[in-house]
Amino acid sequence: MSERPIVRVDGLDVFYGKSQILFDVGLELKQGRTLALLGRNGAGKSTTMKAIAGVAPPRRGVVEIAGANVAGRPPHVIARTGIGFVPEDRQIFPEHTVEENLEIGAKKGPGGQDAWSLKRVFEVFPLLEPLRYRMGGRLSGGEQQMLAIARTLMGNPVVLLLDEPSEGLAPIVVARIGELLRTLRATGATTLIAEQNMHFCLGVADDAVVIDKGSIVYRDTIAGLKANEEVRRRYLAM
Amino acid sequence: MNLVALTECLTSASCLVTQTTSGLIIGMLLFLVAAGLTLIFGVLKVVNFTHGSFYMLGAYLALTVNGLTNSYFLAVLAAAIGVALVALVFERFFMSKVYGSNVLMQLLVCYAFILIMDDAVKIIWGPEFKSMGMAAAFQKPPLFIAGGIVPVFYLFLIIVTLIISVVLWLIITRTRFGTVVRAAAVNPSMVSALGINTGLVFSGVFMLGGMLAGLAGGLAAPVRSLTAGMGFSILIESFIVTVIGGMGSIAGALLGSIMIGLVRSFGSIGFPLFVEGLMFLLMAIILILKPSGLLGKEG
Ligand SMILES: Nc1ncnc2c1ncn2[C@@H]1O[C@H](COP(=O)(O)OP(=O)(O)O)[C@@H](O)[C@H]1O
Ligand SMILES: [Mg+2]
Repeated sequence: MSERPIVRVDGLDVFYGKSQILFDVGLELKQGRTLALLGRNGAGKSTTMKAIAGVAPPRRGVVEIAGANVAGRPPHVIARTGIGFVPEDRQIFPEHTVEENLEIGAKKGPGGQDAWSLKRVFEVFPLLEPLRYRMGGRLSGGEQQMLAIARTLMGNPVVLLLDEPSEGLAPIVVARIGELLRTLRATGATTLIAEQNMHFCLGVADDAVVIDKGSIVYRDTIAGLKANEEVRRRYLAM
Repeated sequence: MNLVALTECLTSASCLVTQTTSGLIIGMLLFLVAAGLTLIFGVLKVVNFTHGSFYMLGAYLALTVNGLTNSYFLAVLAAAIGVALVALVFERFFMSKVYGSNVLMQLLVCYAFILIMDDAVKIIWGPEFKSMGMAAAFQKPPLFIAGGIVPVFYLFLIIVTLIISVVLWLIITRTRFGTVVRAAAVNPSMVSALGINTGLVFSGVFMLGGMLAGLAGGLAAPVRSLTAGMGFSILIESFIVTVIGGMGSIAGALLGSIMIGLVRSFGSIGFPLFVEGLMFLLMAIILILKPSGLLGKEG
C-alpha cells in the first residue's frame, strides 16, 4: 500500500469575517487509518472539518483529496470526490423520515462504489430499521447521531469526517457509537474524528493530532498521546 | 351590494352549480400559478415577482401555437415547455445572481423582466386584446348539472388542473427530486454537504414553478382575453393566495386558491363592485386570526 495520504491538508488559514480561526493547519489521513483531532471547546476542530468539507472555505492552504486540490470548491463537489462529512449538530432533516434522510445521502462513491444501500445500513445500524418511517425530528440524540453517520455512509465516501460523534449523548449511547466506529474501522474505513474527549478515541483511533487556538500543536499515535500526560494536561480537557 | 341576488343564488341548486364551477376554475388555475410562487419562495427564499409574466407568456405562446397547429393540446404543451425554458434562462442568468441580496435588488431585477416581457408581448403580438377561441373539441352543448349550466371546457379544466395538482403532489412527496427539494428548503447547506448540487435543485424548482405558470396561462387562454399586463392581476391574486395559505405551503396555496375562486365567483353576484375588496378583506381577516396563514409555519 502506498504511503501517499488520501487527504492531505496543508497551510490552512480560515477566517470568519475578519477574525482568523485557523492558522497554518496541516494534517494527513492515511488509507484505512483513523485520525483523532483533539482539542478543547473552541480550539478549531469543527472549523477544520468544515474547511475540508468546503462548508467553511479556507482563505489559504491546500486540501488535497487523492492528490487533487479541492480547497475552495463547493461542498457538493468535495463530497463527490469522496469526503463524507457528519457535522457536529448532526443536521438531520427533521420533517423527513429516517428512510428519506438516508435517500438524500445516497450516491455513488468517486470510483463508482455503491457498497452502501438501505439494506446494508439497516444491517450495520439495526436500531434504525424499526424507525424507518419515523420523522427525523422525533429521534433521540443517539438515534440522530446514528442516522447522521448512516446518511453520510449512503454516499459511499472514501473518507469519513465525524465531528464530535459522542457529544451530548448518554454514556451507554456513546459506547454504542464507539462500537459502531470500531466495526467501520474493521471494514477498512478511513476516518477523521474530532473529539474533546481522548478516552472515546482510545479504542477507535490510530493516530492523534492536537489543535489549540487554531494551530496544530502535537502529532503522535493515540497511544503516544495517552502516555504524554504533559500534552494532555496542557491542551485537553481531563 | 346585492344581497338579495346572493341569497337567491345560494338557495338555488342551478346557480350554486354554475357559480361553484366557475369559482373552482378560477381557483384551480390560480392554484397552478400560486403553487409555483410558493414553491419557489419555500425553497429559494425569494419572491418571484415575474411569476405573472410567466403566466402571460404561457397564454401568448398557446395563442400562437394554436394558430399554427390548430391543436389546443400542442398549444398548452408549448406554453408549458416554452415558459419552463424562459424561467430556466431567467433563473440561471439573472435571478441566481441576486439570491441572498436584499429584497429590493430582487424586486428590481424582477420588475425589469416584467417590463421587458410586457413590451415584448406588445411588439410581437400587438397592444390590442387578443382572444384564442375555443378548440373544436370543446364546441359542444354545455352539460346541465342540477339545472346549472356547465360548459364542457370548464369540466375539462377542472379535471386537468386536478390531475396536475395530484402529479405535483406526487413529485414533491414521492420522488427523489421532491425529497431533495423539501430538504433544500430547510437546510440547503447540509444537502450540499451530502453531494447534491443545490444550484441545480434551485434551477429545477424555478423551472417547475415557471412551467406551472405557463401551463395555467396556456390552459386559460381560451377563456381569457389576452393583453400585455395580464400577468399583473394574477400575480396580485397569487400573493393573496400564498399569504392566506401560508408562504411556502403548497396545500395552503390550494386552499387559498379555491377560497379566492369562490369569493370571486359568488362575490360577483352579491358584491359586484367590491370583488377585489372582498379578496383583501378575506386576507386581512385570516391574517388577524393566523398571521402565518392557514397552513403556514408559525414564527
Ligand atoms: N460562525 C462563526 N463565526 C465566528 N466565529 C466562529 C464561528 N464558528 C466558530 N467560531 C469561533 O471559531 C473558534 C473555533 O470554533 P470551532 O471550530 O467550532 O471549535 P471546536 O469545534 O474545536 O469547539 C471559536 O473561537 C469560535 O468561537
Ligand atoms: Mg466543534
